[in-house]
Amino acid sequence: MNRAVRFAPLLVLAAILIALVWRLATPQDTNVHSALAGKPVPAFALPPALPGKSGIATGDLATGQPHLLNIFASWCVPCITEVKVLQELARQGVAIDGIAIRDRPEDLARFLSENGDPYQRIGSDGESRVQIALGSSGVPESFIVDSKGVIRYQHIGPIEQDDVPMILSKLEQAR
Amino acid sequence: MLAASPLLADSNLPPAYWANRQLPDPQQEAAAEALMTEIRCLVCQGQSIADSDAELAGDMRDLVRRRIAAGEKPSAIRAWLIQRYGSWISYKPTAEPAAWPLWLAPIALLIAGAFLIRRRIRIKAGG
Repeated sequence: MNRAVRFAPLLVLAAILIALVWRLATPQDTNVHSALAGKPVPAFALPPALPGKSGIATGDLATGQPHLLNIFASWCVPCITEVKVLQELARQGVAIDGIAIRDRPEDLARFLSENGDPYQRIGSDGESRVQIALGSSGVPESFIVDSKGVIRYQHIGPIEQDDVPMILSKLEQAR
Repeated sequence: MLAASPLLADSNLPPAYWANRQLPDPQQEAAAEALMTEIRCLVCQGQSIADSDAELAGDMRDLVRRRIAAGEKPSAIRAWLIQRYGSWISYKPTAEPAAWPLWLAPIALLIAGAFLIRRRIRIKAGG
């Protein structure tokens, strides 16, 4: 047996170790990115999530103005801090619409009265169907929809204070 | 840490109607079952939606069963989901270039094995 063959297993072992260390050092991105970025918002129509507020349909998003479509829920803990940042965005004139996932009107009303309400419309998605149609996989997530109703950006996880300038510039680009 | 908690949170609503209920037509249920074992859960990413207890997986089972009951083909439902989440959502290997090594590896290994055997036979015959 020649030398190269004798050392082959050792080289294979070294290659495996290098691969393992590399993956430990740079973990895989476990976020699920929607494949709909750059595509129009799929057709949907959701009933109002609570009385006194309109529901939301695809047509409400293509109004000649960019929209921030926020996927949230009253039972979602990070949504509490996010909704406060959203109110600041709303004060700056951002049109924010919500899709409430698996929510009850009474829970949602309590959530909004305790934490504030930045939403123009809130649709109720009781079986996560529109969430799935949008390629979203959790709460909170947000989509920036441009003036023509095309998805320009998907934000996975809560929008935090530090994200505000980035979100505003994305909205500006979506005009 | 907060970013991880929504995965653990659960809503106050009961599971979707068809999440844990079989379709009355056994053929349709079999088709739905077969598809559900090949669709990845978005929450517990190593599990299929058939195995996962996540609420979103229940909602996806509801969606699959409803569409099968409405007469939609499993392949069409799979394509619809791939359109939204990419081919990652389906456990069934595709023919796209990223999957070529998967298809070519068995052939390459067989050829390598055949060469090894041939050499052995030659060495024996020679010796």
